[in-house]
Amino acid sequence: MKERGVMRSNSLLGLSFLLMVAALYLVFVYVPTEKEMGIVQRIFYLMVPMGWLALLSFLIVFIGSILYLRKRESRWDILAHSSAEVGIVFTTLALITGAIWAKPIWGVWWTWEPRLTATLVLWLIYLAYLMVRSFATEESRGARFAAVVGIIGFIDIPIVALATTLWRGMHPGAVIFEGGLAPSMLLTLLVSIAAFTALYFCLLGRRIGLREVEAEIKKLSQD
Amino acid sequence: MKKFLGKVLTILWKDILSELRTRDIVVSVLVFALLVIVIFNFAFEPERVGLVAAGILWVALTFAGVLGLSRSFVLEKDKDCLEGLMLCPVDREVIYFGKMLGSLTFILVVAVIVLPIFFILFNLPIFRPELVLIVVLATIGFASVGTLFSALAVNTKAREIMLPILFFPIVAPVIIAAVKATGLVFAGESWSSLSSWLQIMAAFDIIFLVVSSLVFEFIVEE
Amino acid sequence: METPDSASQAWAIEVQGLTKSFGNHLALKGVELRVREGEFLTIFGPNGSGKTTLIKVLATIMKPSSGNVRVAGFDLRDSPVPIRRKIGVVSHQTFLYDDLTAFENLKFYGRMYDVPNLEARIHEVITKVGLASRLHHQVRTLSRGMQQRLSIARAVLHRPSIMLLDEPETGLDQYATARLREVLDTLSAENGTVIMTTHRLEYGLEMGDQVAILAGGRIAYQESKQSLDVDSLRQTYYRLTGTTR
Repeated sequence: MKERGVMRSNSLLGLSFLLMVAALYLVFVYVPTEKEMGIVQRIFYLMVPMGWLALLSFLIVFIGSILYLRKRESRWDILAHSSAEVGIVFTTLALITGAIWAKPIWGVWWTWEPRLTATLVLWLIYLAYLMVRSFATEESRGARFAAVVGIIGFIDIPIVALATTLWRGMHPGAVIFEGGLAPSMLLTLLVSIAAFTALYFCLLGRRIGLREVEAEIKKLSQD
Repeated sequence: MKKFLGKVLTILWKDILSELRTRDIVVSVLVFALLVIVIFNFAFEPERVGLVAAGILWVALTFAGVLGLSRSFVLEKDKDCLEGLMLCPVDREVIYFGKMLGSLTFILVVAVIVLPIFFILFNLPIFRPELVLIVVLATIGFASVGTLFSALAVNTKAREIMLPILFFPIVAPVIIAAVKATGLVFAGESWSSLSSWLQIMAAFDIIFLVVSSLVFEFIVEE
Repeated sequence: METPDSASQAWAIEVQGLTKSFGNHLALKGVELRVREGEFLTIFGPNGSGKTTLIKVLATIMKPSSGNVRVAGFDLRDSPVPIRRKIGVVSHQTFLYDDLTAFENLKFYGRMYDVPNLEARIHEVITKVGLASRLHHQVRTLSRGMQQRLSIARAVLHRPSIMLLDEPETGLDQYATARLREVLDTLSAENGTVIMTTHRLEYGLEMGDQVAILAGGRIAYQESKQSLDVDSLRQTYYRLTGTTR
């Protein structure tokens, strides 16, 4: 059982590595430089996966939270908690890459454009999720409270996205799909997304594994 | 159904009665809201103030709302009254709606007092019916998640910080919608331009009233 | 309208294999307990033995981690609401709202419990606990002993058939303790069941016809008062709990 788990995580690591190499090649060598924005535009292939992962991680937090409240099995709580920790890292990177993109294009480090703003709110929701755990009086309470935050937070995300989009006078549809992408750019983007998604699952698996070991140690020290 | 409503209103009655005795919540929230408005007035140049008036109003009401919400469950923490409530033969949703209506009432009372003063200080058109709807919808939004998070925060080690940290990101859409809609009203726009903002607030209210009432039991039950 | 199973009617409380954990801390480790209708059970246990947790589980305000619990014939997990109608809880906290008067507190709880003829009932219970003159005074103005008496009034308002008392004598003066005794005696006479926890051996022995010891998260001892030898109980208690007094 353990061996299968180790094998699985190693093959995932290997897959992730391969995809990363492929993505790096595509991003830096293969895809042609974009006309308008120049070299900096390559950040796009980093930014979009980050944003995607920020959302995917929270989806996993949401699912873990619901299952934990239903079944009260600690493994669901571990899943949600680990995904939140990995997720906040990716969200932070999404914000940073967004800023790095913004500077050369718009001349400012930050802009209140809808996606960036919504990502910032998501970052705050992650923060709230993690803080509830630290400030709870007992661990079991922290897990329960965090699960509630996970559920409310996830349901809130689409509403935040809608509100921030309308706020800036844009139409919801236009923001998600930036018009057409040349085939080479689309390929690069997709590989990049795949690579980072594999990385996400890698990191998630590691974090969960670490948490489970911690839990076992705690249990042993109690008995 | 009638029993449900009756018990919800009983809880509301109790909260209003407590508040009438002490005037704790309404007074502190009111003073706070007015202070915020006055301070913001100093922060901006007189000519600019008109542009940001809608924002100032909602900053005041939001912060005041958080203050009012936090006190709602502090009341129940004393003498373990929340346990007393949980002993009653009622579903947990009843407790949620009872407390929610209480918070809603208090924030609305504050808004009713703050708005006229705000109009006078800012020299704005006295009364537009659209404003009533905006304030009601936004306050319901605040009370819906605020009641849930207030019950949560009161059971943590840092309740004063925990409530704002939870509250603000989640109600961000409501604040955005309220400010935008209010700004449009001040600029003399009509109902149709407000519709998308009102819809967002209404959707938020319905969704989170339902979800919060369902998850409330996980906060209060061990 | 739910009705209890006929098989369980003789037992007011049935607990099998009850465990309750808070994260990694196991507070109750397999409690086995049965109380007949009309019995008065005193549970002794030092601080931290899980007495309050046990009472809270029986009162439906805490969910068991595992095990079966039936109160008044109803299963705890399936039907907590009918159970709540039948139990009255007195704890060291009063569950009273300071800013409201005694009357308003009782009216509030009375409404929440659907008590019929509420006003008459309020006058009845307030007289029983000797606070009729303070009916329209704010709870804040009452002494601790009076507040606890009012809490008892609150607990019996809806005529529960089972009383759960968690160290009720804490902070009570003599008069209040005597009043509590009277209320409990009346309840016993009406065939009501009482479970009372305390860490004071002498006090607990005065009341009750069944005696049990909760130690290490389990019921370590249960005996009827008639058949027990008080000295051996004392020794067992001190041994199990590691106390000397």
